[in-house]
Parts: sequence; C-alpha cells; structure tokens
Amino acid sequence: MLSYIVRRLLYTPLIVVGVLLVTFLLFRVVQGDVSSDIAGKNASPETIAEIRKEYGYDKPLIINTEAARERGVLAVFDSQFFHHFKSALTLDFGRSRSKQKISTLLMEGAIPSLSLTAPIFLGLLITSVSLSMLVALRRGGPFDTSVVVVCVMGMSLPILATILFGQYFLAHKLGWFPVFGYEPGLAGAKYFVLPALLGMLAGLGGDVRFYRTVMLDEIQSDYIRTARAKGQGTLRILYKHLLKNAMIPIISKVVLAIPFLFLGSLLLERFFGIPGLGYLMIEAIGARDSQVIMALTFIISILFVLGNLATDVCYALVDPRVSLN
Amino acid sequence: MTAATTEFVPPSASAGRSLWYDAWLRFKRNKLAMVMLGVVLLYVAVGIGVAAGWLTADWKESVGPSYAAPSWEHPFGTDIFGQSVFRKMIYGTKISLSVAFFASLLSIGIGVPMGAAAGFFRGVVDEVIVWLYSTLSSIPGLLLILAFAYALQGTSLFGFKLTGITSVYLALGLTSWVGLCRLIRGEVIKHKDRDYVTAATAYGASKTRVIFRHVIPNVTHLILIDFSLRFVGFIHAEVILSFLGLGAKSEPSWGVMIDDARLELSRGYWWQMAAATLAIFGISLALNIAGDALRDALDPKIRT
Repeated sequence: MLSYIVRRLLYTPLIVVGVLLVTFLLFRVVQGDVSSDIAGKNASPETIAEIRKEYGYDKPLIINTEAARERGVLAVFDSQFFHHFKSALTLDFGRSRSKQKISTLLMEGAIPSLSLTAPIFLGLLITSVSLSMLVALRRGGPFDTSVVVVCVMGMSLPILATILFGQYFLAHKLGWFPVFGYEPGLAGAKYFVLPALLGMLAGLGGDVRFYRTVMLDEIQSDYIRTARAKGQGTLRILYKHLLKNAMIPIISKVVLAIPFLFLGSLLLERFFGIPGLGYLMIEAIGARDSQVIMALTFIISILFVLGNLATDVCYALVDPRVSLN
Repeated sequence: MTAATTEFVPPSASAGRSLWYDAWLRFKRNKLAMVMLGVVLLYVAVGIGVAAGWLTADWKESVGPSYAAPSWEHPFGTDIFGQSVFRKMIYGTKISLSVAFFASLLSIGIGVPMGAAAGFFRGVVDEVIVWLYSTLSSIPGLLLILAFAYALQGTSLFGFKLTGITSVYLALGLTSWVGLCRLIRGEVIKHKDRDYVTAATAYGASKTRVIFRHVIPNVTHLILIDFSLRFVGFIHAEVILSFLGLGAKSEPSWGVMIDDARLELSRGYWWQMAAATLAIFGISLALNIAGDALRDALDPKIRT
C-alpha cells in the first residue's frame, strides 16, 4: 500500500509538468505573439514593443542562445518556456489587461465561486443519491420509469436554456428571486438562491441516472435480502446497508464531478452577475486576455490533480484491494 | 471398441448471425428507439440538405417586420432583422451536426490508434500515451475545450486559416479522444493474449495487421456505443462555444441563436430562444434514447 501511495505521489509532478507543457503549447506556440492585438489598432510601434517586453514575447521560445553568449551560460534559460514554468510554479502570473495582479484576481474570485458551487454540490449529492435509492427500490415500476424519462429529458435540455428560461420566468416574470446581483457576506445570500437551484436542476438528470445504476447493482445483493428477512425497515436498509456499500462509486463520481461544477458556475456566474472565477474566465475570453485564461486553466487543473491525488490515497487507505492494481 | 473407426461428422453448421445483425434484431424490437433513430436520421437528412444548398439557402432574406410573433407563415416568428427564425433553426442543424461529425472523426483518428498502440506494445509507448491522456484529463473538460478553442482561434494550420467553426472542430476533436483512447487501450490489453491474436501472430501477420485487422474489429461496437452518447456532448459544447463567441460567426447556429435571444427574452420575444432550445432538445433526446438502446443491443455482457 505504501508503495502505491509513493508511486502515486511521484506521478503527480509529472502531470503538473504535462499541464504546463499543454498551456505553453497552446498560449505561447499555437497562439503566439498577441501584443499587437493587445495594443489595439492604432498603437505606435513603441507601445507594441513595450507590451512585447512586458509579456515576454520578445524572448525566444525555448532557449536563449543569444543571451547566453552575452551574459553567460545561465542566461540560456531566459526564454518564454522557462519564464512560463517559473511564473506558474511561483503562482506569479503577472498582470491582466486591466492592470490588476492576476493572482489577486484569482483569490478574490474563489470565494464567490465557492459560495455558489458548494451548495449546488451538496444539494445535488443529497437529492440525487436519496432519489436514486428510492427509485432502485421500485425497479421497473411506474415511479421508476417516470423518473428515468424525466432524467433523460433533463439531460437533453441545453444548460443555457435551463438558466435563461429559469431566470426569465422565476425572477423576471414571477419576481420570486432577484434577477441579478452580488453582495459579499450573508446579506448577499438571496442572490445565490436561484442560480444554485438552477445549477442543481441542470445536473440532476445525469446524476440520478448514474446513481440509479449503482444502486441497482447493489440492491440485488444478498445482504439486502438478509436485512429484509431480519425485518428491518426500508429507511434503515437504504441508509444503513445500501448507502454504505455504494460509497466507493459515489466517491469516485463526486471527485469527477468537481470539474463539471466549474462548467455550471462558469455560465451561472455570467448570467447572475456573480464575480467568481467563471465570470473572470468569460470576461477574459471577451477581452482576449490570454494570461488570465492561462492562469485559470493552470490553477483549476492543479486543484483537480491534488483532489484526485487525495481521493486515490484515501481509497488506498480505506480499501486494500486498490493498491493491487 | 470398434466405434473408433466411425468417421467424425461435424455438426451441420448453419451460418451464424453476426454480432451486428443480432444487435439490429434486438434494436428493432425497441419501438421507442426505432422512432428516435428515425428522428436522428431526419436531422442528418436536414443537415445534408442545408450543406448541399437545397434547404434554407435563403435564410438571410428578410421575410417580415422585425420581431413578428409566431404565425402560420413564420412558425417561429422573425428576429430583429425580420429573418425567419424557423429557417435559421433549420440552417443551424448543419453547423451542429458538422461539429459532431468532424470532432468524432478527429477523435477516432487520434484515440483509436493511440489506444491500440498503448495496449498492444505496452512499455515506454504505453507510459508516454498514458501520461499524455492523464495530463489532458487533469484539465477540466469545458476549461480545456475553451482554452483550445480560444488559442486556435485566428491561427493558421498548414496555410489554412482557422476561423470560427473550424477551430471548434479542432478544439473538440483534440480534447475528446482521451476517453476513447483509454477505452481502446483497456480492451486491447484484454484481447492481446486471446487465442485468435496468438493464431494470427503464429501464421505471420504483422503487428499492424493484427491490430487493425483482428483486434480493432473486435472492439468497433464499443467505439460506436461511446460515440452515440458522446455526440450529445459535442452538440452541447458547440452551443456553449458559439454562445461565448468562440464558434460560428457569420452563419446562424443554435448557440448563436441563444446568444441573440438572451437580450430578446427579457423584452418578451421568446421565440428565437424556444426554437433553438427545441432543436437541441430534439436531437439530444433522440441520441440519448437511441444510444442507450444501441448499448443494450450491442453489449453482449448485459444480454439477457
């Protein structure tokens, strides 16, 4: 088990390097020099040169042989490639096009984002697991069939439609929720209710369908029959026996769901004016601010890698079979 | 024992049904899935019709006042320029299906050979390919697609300028092969020690031949199942990319229609939004149901 954990730990830096290579390839090699784009149409050559210098486009891509000849061997690393690695690993991403420090922007965006995704995440988990257990209990019956039909329909609805129609009818027309806005602290909670509900609604179909299959696999097991034969109540069977045994697939799914939470919040934040990371991303795409997009991609990926690592290590600690693979 | 002299008579062999025919028979029994397959084929026919210029080539034409409500003449009303929303909806089919088609093509073209190579050769090749897809799958899906689409926008490839929808093809294709590659790798590892592979190697088939003529045909049904369900993801991704301004530019797509409709909705002009939603919902529902039925029909493990 220890060797598994050590192997897993050693693999993580390799993945981080991979993510850095992908972002470098995308934003420095494929996209290349965007300084004239940043400067605008009527910029003077001096302004463009200044921007090129600030973002490092004036340096060679991989190695700087010219600087090495002038300033010694170590200057060979004075290239876009090594600056990309350095800025990512020191979490110093420079400034955005609006002249704000990107690391500050990221930290400020994290709180509103989490205040939206955390309730969606928990609410979705509790609702979909409970619902799927109830459905699995009545397998093949009219309740089961109608839930499956509704789930497939929910999965087919584009998320943009859920958000836009939900905002239009529930906030605009009926006035049950504020349409738009943000306030830090508890006073702002009212602005989060509708986006959180819509986020849950968008994810419910797929989740219930997934957990239903998991529960169906378990509910035919002998231990359920034994529990029934002992005369235990339905609720106790569901939460005490079934849920415990279904925990491993649930945990895997929960970790895999984290990146999708970002997708939900990306669009939700945009429509409900919540100044989180998703909002930042969409603004950056609109402003063609590559540095911000790069920083966001890197940070979220690293969080995801660390989350995955933590889950795998927990698995190995909880379930001895895992380390055999 | 004199019976030993009796000549061995092989049991009369009737031609067996192939996996595909067998699956088709099972699929056909599912009435709902057949209807949904019909819906998918209808969308495909419409998409081809638009691409060939037979349908709604005149979508640009102004047919009435701006924001005319739905009527018999204009089933989904008109937009700000007085263009028929119905025609735009029909035209959007082409964009949506072409994205799903090209992204799938690219993703199969990368994922299948890489997965097969990793599973068959193992060793260093396997390590590198696994590292590559582990890296890509560490970047959350939509973020990766957005980053690709954003970076590819406006760049040129082999002298061919990537504008709007072509960068969406590439972004989706280059990011979606990961799941397929992992699937094929796992299957090839399972298959490579089977007798038929040993037999093929024994009579001198080359490695490439073993992979492409013997192993891949045995996993084709998995590719098909994977893609029937992945198509829905491609269609929804195109909508989000176009909506964010990273997709179609000068032609109507369902995502562009939703983007236009965003501001119209608060003024009570709901029809453009409704048309795009309905179009996306229809093809997604059909693909979801037909895809599930296809999996039930093709996957021998859950045969009853």
